Amino acid sequence: MEITLQTIPMQHGLILASILFLLGLVGVLTRRNIVFVLMSLEIMLNAAGLAFIVGASRWGEADGQIMFLIILSLAAAEVAIGLGLVLQLFHKHKTLDLDTLNEMKG
Amino acid sequence: MNFLFYGSAVIAVITTLVAITRINVVHALLYFIVSLLSAAVIFYSLGAPFAAALEVIVYAGAIMVMFLFVMMMLNLGQATIEQEKSWLSPNMWIGPGILAAILLAEMLYALNLTDAEMAHTMIDAKAVGIELFGPYVLAVELASMLLLAGLVGAFHLARK
Repeated sequence: MEITLQTIPMQHGLILASILFLLGLVGVLTRRNIVFVLMSLEIMLNAAGLAFIVGASRWGEADGQIMFLIILSLAAAEVAIGLGLVLQLFHKHKTLDLDTLNEMKG
Repeated sequence: MNFLFYGSAVIAVITTLVAITRINVVHALLYFIVSLLSAAVIFYSLGAPFAAALEVIVYAGAIMVMFLFVMMMLNLGQATIEQEKSWLSPNMWIGPGILAAILLAEMLYALNLTDAEMAHTMIDAKAVGIELFGPYVLAVELASMLLLAGLVGAFHLARK
């Protein structure tokens, strides 16, 4: 039985992961709605997880999938905190615009 | 078999691109869920069925539903009532529906494949579990501490 049987080149998976990561980065940089910024962060974390899965598939080991599990729990914790902050922002300012946070002083 | 990877890769890029350019949050979430489902198909085609299942259950299931809950909790006023009307129109569902149908077709195709036709060696849940609770047990503890911190932080922040 072969250990690393594969027909999809590793480069293609990594190129896909970097395209998705770049889309998430563009989303973070261009959107000013805080929910879209959180969603773009999720896109970037997911792309990083995809890169780990590609690595796991390349070497035929389970380690990459374990890193993916850690990224998954990180994303869950991050989005819980982030959405709590969204709720607070909306209660205080009645808007989801990130630029209103400029007036926070320290 | 390569068709699974490349088809889902194209769908993932398209839906992510559409998701970050929508005006309406719920429409963007709809496309992003399709993007996550196609990422799950990509994981499966790369020989990671356990990660694919978790991607659907945790990402597309739990995290996206949390986004939707928060969007529903925020009372955005009269504008939301107009939005609700527009969501009921079927043309908003055509795009995600077609892309999700392509993913469904890919899944049905994958279910009929034999092991010999799979492009990749499958690393199944058993191998991941043995690694996870063997050499990586410290990582499990760290993840649990992280989730506990997230729980406490979210409870503290979301309090009135």
